Amino acid sequence: MSPLVEIDERVDARGLACPMPIVKTAQAMKMLASGQVLEVVATDAGAVKDFAAWSKSTGNELLEADSDGAVYRFVIRKK
Amino acid sequence: MDESLNLVLFSGTDDKLQAAAILAAGAAALGRPVNVFLQYWALDAFRADRIDRDHGLAPEAGVEGRGHVDALRAAGQASWAETMLQAKELGGVDIQACSLSMDLLGLEQTDLDPLVDGVEGVTAFYLNAGAGQIVFI
Repeated sequence: MSPLVEIDERVDARGLACPMPIVKTAQAMKMLASGQVLEVVATDAGAVKDFAAWSKSTGNELLEADSDGAVYRFVIRKK
Repeated sequence: MDESLNLVLFSGTDDKLQAAAILAAGAAALGRPVNVFLQYWALDAFRADRIDRDHGLAPEAGVEGRGHVDALRAAGQASWAETMLQAKELGGVDIQACSLSMDLLGLEQTDLDPLVDGVEGVTAFYLNAGAGQIVFI
């Protein structure tokens, strides 16, 4: 079990359809300083692949990606 | 992924404009520059006095398609104009009206919604597109 990461900002994208979870994440990430951590929750099924792809493409580090079955949760550190 | 995405929008139905806005927003979220070129019926949909109206759906949607589209909107999906605004707020998205289509429709820039940044011809559009992808919707 990974140590708890301190969350600097949270985005609630539950109920939002593609591309809004990623768009909201990109908007929020712009406000963070390098090294700060963003937590996003979403219900869009496409989010899992989208967040992996977005993190890889932008160079931001996807620290955690999990789900409780209904809600997906992503924790991303700004590069 | 810094290569620009260049969207030429010709169709003015709500479904195609929504698809275009999603492509724009997704690219903007990845930090890619997005250039949008509005022609014909897509330009018409961006008129200030028409942008909020129902622009219908492509013929292939049919009655069943209309049901699906309405259901998604009822569930809270943003309109294509709102999606495009969100894309612009990320930065890097430029929306230009095709000058020929402005003449076709008899429009001035003041007739257009503020989402539209300016008017240009196809040559300027190509110059800004550079080697980036060009998509026609």
